[in-house]
Amino acid sequence: MSQRQVLQGVMSLLRPLLLDVVPTIQQTAALALGRLANYNGDLAEAVVKGDILPQLVYSLAEQNRFYKKAAAFVLRAVGKHSPQLAQAIVDCGALDTLVICLEDFDPGVKEAAAWALGYIARHNAELSQAVVDAGAVPLLVLCIQEPEIALKRIAASALSDISKHSPELAQTVVDVGAIAHLAQMILNPDSKLKRQVLSALSQIAKHSVDLAEMVVEAEIFPVVLTCLKDKDDYVKKNASTLIREIAKHTPELSQLIVNTGGVAAVTDCIGSCKGNIRLPGIMMLGYVAAHSENLAMAVIVSKAVPQLSVCLSEEPEDHIKAAAAWALGQIGRHTPEHARAVAVTNTLPVLLSLYMSTESSEDLQTKSKKAIKSILQKCTYLPALEPFLYDAPPNILKHVVGQFSKVLPHDSKARRLFVTSGGLKKVQEIKAGPGSLLQEYINSINSCYPEEIVRYYSPGYSDALLQRVDSYQPLAN
Amino acid sequence: MATLARLQARSTFLAHQYYFRNSAVDVFRKKEYDAAVKIQSWFRGCRIRAYLRYLHRVATVIQKCWRGYLGRQHYQLIVKLEFCTMKMNLYNAMAVRIQKRWRGYRIRKYCFNYFYLKEYLKAVSETNDAIRYCYQGFAILDELCDHTAWRLKRKNTTLFPVYSMLNTSSHQMCGFSMPGNLRHQEALEEFAEMKEREEKKADLEREEKKRDYQARKMHYLLSTKQIPGIYNSPFRKDPDPWELRLQKAKPLISQRPKVKQKRGVNISNRLACTSARSLPQSEILPPIDRKQCQGPFRDITEVLEQRYKPLEPTLWMAEPINELKMAREELRKQEWMRNINDNMFLPFSSYHKNKKYIPLMHSSSKYGPNSYGSQHFRDENPKKWICDKDFQTVLPSFDLFSKYGKLYSKAGQII
Repeated sequence: MSQRQVLQGVMSLLRPLLLDVVPTIQQTAALALGRLANYNGDLAEAVVKGDILPQLVYSLAEQNRFYKKAAAFVLRAVGKHSPQLAQAIVDCGALDTLVICLEDFDPGVKEAAAWALGYIARHNAELSQAVVDAGAVPLLVLCIQEPEIALKRIAASALSDISKHSPELAQTVVDVGAIAHLAQMILNPDSKLKRQVLSALSQIAKHSVDLAEMVVEAEIFPVVLTCLKDKDDYVKKNASTLIREIAKHTPELSQLIVNTGGVAAVTDCIGSCKGNIRLPGIMMLGYVAAHSENLAMAVIVSKAVPQLSVCLSEEPEDHIKAAAAWALGQIGRHTPEHARAVAVTNTLPVLLSLYMSTESSEDLQTKSKKAIKSILQKCTYLPALEPFLYDAPPNILKHVVGQFSKVLPHDSKARRLFVTSGGLKKVQEIKAGPGSLLQEYINSINSCYPEEIVRYYSPGYSDALLQRVDSYQPLAN
Repeated sequence: MATLARLQARSTFLAHQYYFRNSAVDVFRKKEYDAAVKIQSWFRGCRIRAYLRYLHRVATVIQKCWRGYLGRQHYQLIVKLEFCTMKMNLYNAMAVRIQKRWRGYRIRKYCFNYFYLKEYLKAVSETNDAIRYCYQGFAILDELCDHTAWRLKRKNTTLFPVYSMLNTSSHQMCGFSMPGNLRHQEALEEFAEMKEREEKKADLEREEKKRDYQARKMHYLLSTKQIPGIYNSPFRKDPDPWELRLQKAKPLISQRPKVKQKRGVNISNRLACTSARSLPQSEILPPIDRKQCQGPFRDITEVLEQRYKPLEPTLWMAEPINELKMAREELRKQEWMRNINDNMFLPFSSYHKNKKYIPLMHSSSKYGPNSYGSQHFRDENPKKWICDKDFQTVLPSFDLFSKYGKLYSKAGQII
């Protein structure tokens, strides 16, 4: 309670200072309010409750640029904490004044106004719509073209926040011609600017196929691929997010990305970073491979599978492992060639262990189970399937044995290998209910071999032989 | 009298003897009778047996003939069936051969071109290498995009319809111009220098060619022994460089207008069979010096269009015959893949409990529901009926009632 009272006290002290005659005092009071509100959500609420906002908005229209900067800073600080506070700012008519500030000459004022608008639009779609309705978007696009780097950054971030909520908002941003300017700025050497620009483009491209095609038509490929080799981690992350959002819509877009060498670039990018930075790249590979088998083959040819299996084994976090498992499942599920390419890298035992371990989260278990299922359905590469005979749970074992029963009747070398590696012995030991599918598969495997071998490997054969020895009466000569 | 007395004395003896002889014979009568019966019955039996043997033989002959006939018929049927089966097997085998070839041809030609796929993957890996190791030079990137697009455009078949979009976008890709700010400034500068040098060289060459051509045109201005040409003025120390150029130049010969060889219409552009090697292409056919074939011929383009019309298989042909089964399999596999839980969905929560259904007492007692009160409302006892006719209407019904529901007004709502 006392904190509340203190807050009230502070607000009531600062408020009259805002109306002071001396402009420096006004500016400093505004700055103080802004810093207080920036620090804590409660303080921001106190600012709103103290009815300071209408005063700020009113004087924002008239005062000099330092005051404008400070007032915009206060609005930004209040608006960033929660949607309700941002709504309060919108309700007191601050948007129009902020948009007027965007037309000011001083780049600092523009930057502060754009920042405030960005933070307001960040929370939800209605606030974004309110910002757009106030006519901020064309002015933001003009701000992007200004020479100051900081202003460009903030304007790009504001556009990204506006377009991320819904396709209509993204379409509004696109209609103003923002894509061309954003695409030009990809090559800017400043890495923070690149982050925001790439984030803006990915928020635009993620909503629909048309928007993604428009982003692609701005000729960002293959320039974006150089951003994947940037030193800054977040530039890499945003670049791979952009590529992922484009790749996930249609096979044609994924084809485009593959043809420009995007898959190799993303694979290298995955290899060079760790943790959450990798996640969009991994998902991008999964999306590309999911569309068609030719694309999955192109992904395999770009040597992505070893990289993904490294990710699967190395990463400590479950959601990244789940994404890697999903991507591997999408690559391997199309034809036996694909399944072989995945199985050769020895990922199947890793997937199985992830599925079986009790520590993995449910999502990881589900995804690894699906991946194993989809790869197993098509896998005819027997050396990779053999370990499964030993550790798999019964529902997966059924399908492993089924795959064996499909391949063994046709391949004599594989049959020999199966016997020498102890697979036939293991198969005999499997207990299956009579008439079940598993029993049928076991029978079809047994029918590939001569009876003596099957009997030799059936469990308890040595005991049966010894019994025969015991009961044998030698012929009396 | 004495004889009479003797006869009378012997009469009892006679009677006894008569009786005795008759009775003595009686002993053997039965035996003899039995013997006679036996002999007769044996003889009759022999006769009958002979007759039966005869009948058996005759019946055997008839049955033999009949069975032979039936058997031969059966055998002919079997032979016919065998023959038909053999023919059908042969036809099936031949049909399988034809279908095998046709299906392989169709898949290779119209659906999936393996070698194209291989080339595409090779192009992709080359582009990948470029991206990986040479990302500094955008020019090389550009070239490779060109190269990939060119390689794909060269085989512009309908086999990969996806590439139609690619071609347009690769055009756009290759229209990518050199932007201003680059991260690797040194690479750009190097490249710019290289380009400049090349340009200069090209310019110089062009100039040289132009001058050469001019020299050839002005060949007649060369100085002879008697008359010095304009470039070889006697007042100069050494001749003008143009003089030397004129000396080297070969005079231009005015040529007859080149026989512009009109290439035969490049047929492969218009056809579905787009492999250039499938049709022989020669530019000018050798002259045939016999008389022209007579007759109005159809336009060659029409004929070729018709001959090489692309395949439009019926729906029946376009799918394999076990399409439905395969599709079901596919669906089942996909569902299996997607399902996290493999247990069958049980419709009711107590489905697995084997509880016997216990019906209501109300409906399971033998005193069932009474239909009186729900089916019929009159208590009827047919045994008490006097006659079996229903009640007759003696009085006619009211007119009013006969018009019930048939008037125009909708109040009755039956109209």
